[in-house]
Amino acid sequence: MELTGAEIFVRCLKEEGVEYLFGYPGGAVLHTYDALFQQQDVQHILVRHEQGATHAADGYARSTGKPGVVLVTSGPGATNAVTGIATAYMDSIPLVVFTGQVFTSLIGNDAFQEVDSVGITRPCVKHNFLVGDVKDLAATIKQAFYIATSGRPGPVVIDLPKDVTAAKALYAYPETVQLRSYNPVVKGHAGQIKKAVKLMLSATRPMVYTGGGVVLDNAAATLTEFVQTLGYPVTNTLMGLGGYPATDRQFLGMLGMHGTYEANMAMHHCDVLVAIGARFDDRVTGAIEKFCPTAKIVHIDIDPTSIAKNIKVDIPIVGGVNSVLRSMLKLIADSDITPDKEALGSWWKQISEWRQQDCLKFESSADVIKPQQVVQALYEITGGDAYVTTDVGQHQMWAAQFYKFDQPRRWITSGGLGTMGFGLPAAMGVQLAHPAETVACITGDGSIQMCLQELSTCLQYRLPIKVINLNNGYLGMVRQWQEIFYQGRYAMSYMDALPDFVKLAEGYGHVGMRIEKSGDVEGALKEAMAMKERLVFLDFKTDATENVYPMIPAGAGLNEMMLV
Amino acid sequence: MRRIISILMENEAGALSRVAGLFSARAYNIESLTVAPTEDASLSRMTLVTRGTDDIIEQILKQLNKLVDVVKVLDLTEGAHIERELMLIKVAAVGNEMRTEVKRLCDIFRGRIIDVTECSYTIELTGAGSKLDAFIDSLDESTILETVRSGVSGIARGDKRLHV
Ligand SMILES: Cc1ncc(C[n+]2csc(CCOP(=O)(O)OP(=O)(O)O)c2C)c(N)n1
Repeated sequence: MELTGAEIFVRCLKEEGVEYLFGYPGGAVLHTYDALFQQQDVQHILVRHEQGATHAADGYARSTGKPGVVLVTSGPGATNAVTGIATAYMDSIPLVVFTGQVFTSLIGNDAFQEVDSVGITRPCVKHNFLVGDVKDLAATIKQAFYIATSGRPGPVVIDLPKDVTAAKALYAYPETVQLRSYNPVVKGHAGQIKKAVKLMLSATRPMVYTGGGVVLDNAAATLTEFVQTLGYPVTNTLMGLGGYPATDRQFLGMLGMHGTYEANMAMHHCDVLVAIGARFDDRVTGAIEKFCPTAKIVHIDIDPTSIAKNIKVDIPIVGGVNSVLRSMLKLIADSDITPDKEALGSWWKQISEWRQQDCLKFESSADVIKPQQVVQALYEITGGDAYVTTDVGQHQMWAAQFYKFDQPRRWITSGGLGTMGFGLPAAMGVQLAHPAETVACITGDGSIQMCLQELSTCLQYRLPIKVINLNNGYLGMVRQWQEIFYQGRYAMSYMDALPDFVKLAEGYGHVGMRIEKSGDVEGALKEAMAMKERLVFLDFKTDATENVYPMIPAGAGLNEMMLV
Repeated sequence: MRRIISILMENEAGALSRVAGLFSARAYNIESLTVAPTEDASLSRMTLVTRGTDDIIEQILKQLNKLVDVVKVLDLTEGAHIERELMLIKVAAVGNEMRTEVKRLCDIFRGRIIDVTECSYTIELTGAGSKLDAFIDSLDESTILETVRSGVSGIARGDKRLHV
């Protein structure tokens, strides 16, 4: 049967099981919108800015494991989407983003709303395509979904000229994809795995350090079994939170710049480090030359380029986290060697001492609201079961430190790119995917203003997100650095002329609440949670000068933390 | 260290810019880069000359392999290989003495004069980059009117080959 490109697009999305398409219309995608109008299978979510579309699709993807799908128009539609694409790229989130393009015959002529979308997005996608012929459309879409979701996931862009969406072709959706140039490795090298297990079992001060790869590969249960079988301590990166139950005794908290004292000290002093689906980011390692000075390092990652990029490792294993950990568990079960109980006992004793530092303690006040207190109360009131999205800054770090995730895919944050404006639209994607669950967006007075327009989308689709604004009147994280490293010269970190967030929320048709007293925090949160059908914007006036601790200053090692 | 990397990639629009973009985005050095289709029109063969520490070269090879359009990558410098570059060079050749001298140099380097005017020769020369450099050095700089170099093409010696 002959279909138009626009119809083929719709059919392919249906084949891929796409529930939601996040997008915004415009000239170059009018045929496509017309085809969408005439079907019921894919629900289009109309955002208010294309950045919101990509973040919403991203939130959907992070919380479900399925790819997020976006449709935007050419030119400004495509450029507005770029921040969201780059955000997904840095955190390896599967997205398929369709950008409209001008007529094939006009490409290169500086036509109205023409940009080189393939060129602009090239450095921040896993791959991209320009479809030049409607006959290639279905196969290209199939490839895009395959590439986005396999191996190390990532965003894929398909640039769709307007004439291609109008032209007709015979439609058949390919059942399989074969790409001679793309074959991600899943199974790890058996010899390397054996060597790694031997090293791990002979450790006296072992440490397991895991990242977003565990979450992406749906390997949380396997990791938990692995860590508990060995009895070793474990830490998660910011992206890895939820990959291991945070309330478990073996969990030392997050590591890195604002990680816990015990996690960072254990990293620094361990003799065998097992890095799993993590990439030794500079926010994690601190000064490279001081990193894990006494450790032999095993590194499991699906992406060979992650290995030996920042840190030299002793036993690299390229492979899927889940598959490699499963093989390791088998070898551990069959092994004659078992971890040295005595050595492990004294290692745990040392760790307990570090723990006693109680590095996350903060002084609550009867009067002013401490931001940490808000996150803690949210954690307790939601029973640790909420989906939590964040923006970027101090509030993000407090959310990571004080909300304990026992399950994966509930912690939704922009780790690699650190994109302010991510939280609210990401929460929309999460809420759509999980309509009955509590979705909280922990944000700051600076960040929330970067994609605030999406409050309107939330009303249109009745998304009952709970926006937790930790309003300190500052670009807090910037202010903190200026306080510590620039002798308190607060250049442009003060948010003068903040809007009245309560009125603003009301203006958008939502419920707004202002909370100014420490004693009112819990009550307000409970009241908000009880409004199951409504988006509630909770504007918490928090201590303006609170800083995130502990902290590793630039150039320092993991053992050189600044404590409160 | 200087490395010659051979890349077999899909002969598609934009494939070259993916490689070039990778090198600029990650601040890798490119000394030369040549690319053309192979006997299989769906594939292009690229030869890329770069410099870097072993760690950087390892990353370069991995990053190239990661590009979806790249089918195969080989570091030719790891084994015996042949490196060739083509140069077209236009030199001033005025008067008998000068013309004889240029012709003589050209013969020594096994170049060929492929175009002649009353006051210039255009010479074609192939060889390893260092040979072309040596030829340029042997000429009086002021007589060189124009040079065009193709960049290095490389192939492994013996039975070893880069193919799908
Ligand atoms: C789009 C973007 N621009 C700038 C920054 C740099 N930046 C990082 S944190 C921060 C301050 C965030 O302030 P706010 O949202 O109020 O959160 P707080 O730190 O006060 O909790 C800024 C400006 C960024 N991460 N993203």
